Amino acid sequence: MPEKFDVIVVGAGPAGITAAYCLAREGLKVILIERGEQPGTKNVMGGVLYRQMLDEIIPGFWKQAPLERHVIDQQWWVLSEDSALKVGQRTAVHDREPYNAFTVLRAKFDRWYAAQAVKQGALLITETVVTRLLRDTSGRVIGVETDRPDGQLLANAVIVSEGANTLVLEASGLRARPRADTMAVAVKEVISLPREVIENRFQLQGDQGAVIEFFGDSTLGMVGNAFIYTNRESLSVGLGAMISDFQRRRVRPHELLERFKQHPVVAPLVAGGEPKEYMAHMIPEGGYEAMPPLYGDGFLVCGDAAGMVIAVHREGSNLAITSGRLAAETVVEAARAGDFSARRLAAYREKLQASYVLQDLRQYRHTTPVIEKIPQFLGVYPSLVNRALQEFLTVDGVPKKVKEKKILRMILKERPVTALIGDAWRAWRAFI
Amino acid sequence: MPQSQGIHAVVCIKQVPDATEVRIDPKTNTLIREGIPSIVNPYDLHAVEAAVQLRERFGGRVTVISMGPPQAAEALQKCIAQGADEAILLTDRAFAGADTLATSYVLAQAIHKLNQERPVDLVFTGKQAIDGDTAQVGPGIAARLGIPVLTYVCGIRSFSLEERNIVVERLLEEGREVVRARLPALLTVSKELNEPRYASLPSLIRAARYQVKIWTKDDIAADPNQIGLKGSPTVVGRIFSPPERQAGPRLAGPAPEVARKLVEQLRSRGIIAMGA
Repeated sequence: MPEKFDVIVVGAGPAGITAAYCLAREGLKVILIERGEQPGTKNVMGGVLYRQMLDEIIPGFWKQAPLERHVIDQQWWVLSEDSALKVGQRTAVHDREPYNAFTVLRAKFDRWYAAQAVKQGALLITETVVTRLLRDTSGRVIGVETDRPDGQLLANAVIVSEGANTLVLEASGLRARPRADTMAVAVKEVISLPREVIENRFQLQGDQGAVIEFFGDSTLGMVGNAFIYTNRESLSVGLGAMISDFQRRRVRPHELLERFKQHPVVAPLVAGGEPKEYMAHMIPEGGYEAMPPLYGDGFLVCGDAAGMVIAVHREGSNLAITSGRLAAETVVEAARAGDFSARRLAAYREKLQASYVLQDLRQYRHTTPVIEKIPQFLGVYPSLVNRALQEFLTVDGVPKKVKEKKILRMILKERPVTALIGDAWRAWRAFI
Repeated sequence: MPQSQGIHAVVCIKQVPDATEVRIDPKTNTLIREGIPSIVNPYDLHAVEAAVQLRERFGGRVTVISMGPPQAAEALQKCIAQGADEAILLTDRAFAGADTLATSYVLAQAIHKLNQERPVDLVFTGKQAIDGDTAQVGPGIAARLGIPVLTYVCGIRSFSLEERNIVVERLLEEGREVVRARLPALLTVSKELNEPRYASLPSLIRAARYQVKIWTKDDIAADPNQIGLKGSPTVVGRIFSPPERQAGPRLAGPAPEVARKLVEQLRSRGIIAMGA
């Protein structure tokens, strides 16, 4: 007879670790199953962790967690082939406790976070792959099957936080294989550089950090973006775009990353660095419309597995943490009532709706589809705006009136007035 | 097992840096250990497997021991997942800086103590550790315990608790040697002996819950002069990477021509002489 737990958590990422932490803290018998050698070895993100959501779980976590730098400087660079239009903010507010965001390396961070869950009493099992959910004749989820000998376990509830690649949900018939236009693939290098070089190059002191997001030429106009985040002694440099775009354009992600690193405005930022790690991962960017069922009899779905990513705001791990917490709360209440039916677990969806998680996912539900349908957003405009600015900033004896007309002609040649208005309207709809 | 209490096997293991990720600092010529994940010395996993297989056949107990820093408990937990019954970590600041002599002393003392609790039939170690590669600790323990040592074991032909003997195959450079030894004996094993199992889920869960026992120098009545730096006569004079070998001269062209050139060169260097 397989051992029975109160709760089985599938996958030790931010969602699963949070759920296990909160459940164990309430005294439930919880097992956290991770396929990697250690939590974090298989987990990838660009590298920005927001403070507020984790602060709710472990107050003041930044005093003990292995973090890289606190972010004080955020920039958005719109790239053409040879130029960049830069927008951004550096603020002293984010330089003070409790901080706003941190850069992290997941291999270190996830391991630490999982250890906190273990300290609360969660049982962590690594190097074990959950292959499917076990269901009784009524369809209720009653446990999991793993790839280990004697590998079944039973539970009152299973929290599925398996990440972007939803193999367990698919094998259990709870969702279809996601479409290529709802999934991004991101690649990333960790490039080592001496501390002083990073601090000089990005004008940082101590543990201050900077993050830059790049749009336009960095992904050849495909839906996605590139990034550079500062760690203590390395840079996280990467990019991502929709898998369907990569397929259509026949571009390989790692080749695109090499090209990005050689861009004239990017190259000086990464110069002299030695690549230490290369990684790739999927990101579920289908948004609200592409989400799988969030709960059912005996199970809940959290984090990337539930498609909880807001790509335009670079948010994912924070939604994962909040969803893990709300799933745990729901299960704790269900345990008190002794009822793990879908009707009881529906409280999870209500909690998500009352929080920023589902509100934000709903608000941005059109963003990716709209950007996809209008290739000029990341294709034409970045180049156009850079050319216009270049013209404006070049002092060459041409009278300003003539220059203004020239710029206007250049813009209207690419996009007529009606198209400009249409694009503006669609952009408004997509983001607001 | 019905007729007896079965076997008591003790396996000595070591936590080592994952060799696939070890690099040498070009400036200092020392191993860069920072940030390198630790694993159970791979040969030791074969030793654990051998002991567990014997216990599965004859009943009894497998005790795994290791001398190392507190984090070596992780390696011992891994051995519990692989099927060991008990795990003991020998950890004490006084053990630090031990060479193979001092290490074998501490492990032998621990085995001596285990033997008093329950007679030990077999002691297992890996053939060597992948970090130091000395292959000295196993034989050192056997010498201190005064029991037969069987190194480079690649097969166990027979094992009898009644007759108190074991017959093993040893992997030697020129072939295999079959030898018999009386019990108790110490075996150092090579990876050809078996294939470590893919641990079952209940074993993993047991390992995750298992609290490794801690023994200090006082638990094993260690002589302070034989442990740690004090008990270690080995002095490392220098560590260096051997110079890269230069590629030798190459002869290219049609075979008869190359053969002629080769013979000429060998003759001119006096390596071969041609008869008249």
